[in-house]
Amino acid sequence: MSAPELKVKIETRRLSFFYGAKQALRAVDLVCYANHVTAIIGPSGCGKSTLIRTINRMNDVIPGTRLEGTILIDGQDIHAPEVDVVELRRRVGMVFQKPNPFPKTIFDNIAYGLRLNGLRDKRRLEGIVERSLRGAALWDEVKDRLEDNAFSLSGGQQQRLCIARALAVEPEIILFDEPCSAIDPIATAKIEDLIHELKKRYTVVIVTHNMQQAARVSDYTAFMMLGELIEFDRTEQIFTAPANKLTEDYVTGRFG
Amino acid sequence: MKRATKKKFVQVLGFMALRVCLYLVLAVLLLFLYDIGSKGGRAVSWEFLTQAPRRGMTEGGIFPAIMGTLLVTLVTALMAVPLGMGAAIYLNEYAQQTRLTRLIRLSIRNLAGVPSIVYGLFGVVLFVNIMRFGTSILSAGLTLGLMTLPWTITASEEALKTVPSSYREGALALGATKWQAIRTNVLPYAVPGMLTGTVLGLARAAGETAPILFTGAAFYLPFLPKSLSDQFMALPYHLYIMSTQHHAIQQVRPLAYGTALVLIAFVLGMNMTAVIIRYRLRRKNR
Repeated sequence: MSAPELKVKIETRRLSFFYGAKQALRAVDLVCYANHVTAIIGPSGCGKSTLIRTINRMNDVIPGTRLEGTILIDGQDIHAPEVDVVELRRRVGMVFQKPNPFPKTIFDNIAYGLRLNGLRDKRRLEGIVERSLRGAALWDEVKDRLEDNAFSLSGGQQQRLCIARALAVEPEIILFDEPCSAIDPIATAKIEDLIHELKKRYTVVIVTHNMQQAARVSDYTAFMMLGELIEFDRTEQIFTAPANKLTEDYVTGRFG
Repeated sequence: MKRATKKKFVQVLGFMALRVCLYLVLAVLLLFLYDIGSKGGRAVSWEFLTQAPRRGMTEGGIFPAIMGTLLVTLVTALMAVPLGMGAAIYLNEYAQQTRLTRLIRLSIRNLAGVPSIVYGLFGVVLFVNIMRFGTSILSAGLTLGLMTLPWTITASEEALKTVPSSYREGALALGATKWQAIRTNVLPYAVPGMLTGTVLGLARAAGETAPILFTGAAFYLPFLPKSLSDQFMALPYHLYIMSTQHHAIQQVRPLAYGTALVLIAFVLGMNMTAVIIRYRLRRKNR
């Protein structure tokens, strides 16, 4: 059944995470394969958001936190002293729970990450903005109003704008932290289609509390509870014949 | 039914009481402005605004006082704006939220409540004596700057707090350094609020008498200051002299009213500037 060439893109080894005295992750061993979608599911507070935020070291920003264990991307420890966290975050894009467009024009939102890296050439910026918006399936809707404020877009469009903004800096991995929790079902379907497309070029990790969504978009699923990784397998396996009783109870809707 | 009527009655009564509060405050303000406006308006003329006082300040204008207040406010701004904004950015964006930073923040809030005469005396000790700036525009401006700093810092910090943390996170997630995120995705949205609070603080400083009393304001100078180390005349101090210290108080009363009107216009002008700056920048960002 297994695909012929599975390349490990992300790997966590005995990863634990603490907010002060509270332990949010307990020795998590997770593997995400390149050009596949890995979904992380589990009840609220199980640590799935914490886990995904360790991958681009967004938790570094929160004071009073502590991390144990290792996270490898392409075999490289992302906490190694020679790793530049700014460069890491460029390689590992993130789309947040609530769409967070910046109060700038649509164009400037997409160009933001490029300008951070010193790209000023107008022609090149225009090219990348178009390519990124196409990549996020938003180009046709906004091509005539690139100078409009991003807040004028609908919620679903805003979220796709945030995806385009992440694509613009050419990441290798895209992390989705419950990207559809603030969006209506039709917009959600668009984003799910998009995630299917994205895995051709990127490695995708998605946190979701919506099990149908995990089943629809992902190749692999990790089930978490109380900070522990309970089960990790191919998605169809998790949803049809989970090995663990807890997983079965959760995916069949007995709790959560 | 009866109960509903009673509830409605209480509501109407409540609104009425609140409205009366507002009208009372407005009435006092309008009366005040009318009094100063009508009496001061008679004294204000082109000559009044552009000439120095003459004949023991019983005639002539208040030009040196206007210039003095303008200059000293400029020095105040040059000190309080960069320092205040810088401190606020550090406190809100960089400093860890420990007991020490909480203590520092509390101290800053408390400093805003210290009486201005205390700042004046502190300014004498620090700027006039220890730093040997003498009684001068510089000493007075720095003293007013110290007094304004707590306001600037607090207002700037509040403005920074209104910028959603998702702007910071979003920028960081795209590979921004912390400073890049602050500079390009936080400050542009905080600056209108920072400026408003700062200009309001400066306007308050411009109208203060006590801090400049011992640090640089002169009773009477027939000429304009030539450098930062000169003494100067200032509107609030001039007003104080004209209304309480002058040998012919009755005779100069109209001039005092004129001075009061100019001072109020000056402060109002600064506040309006703050409103306009904020309006412009808001529109640019929305």
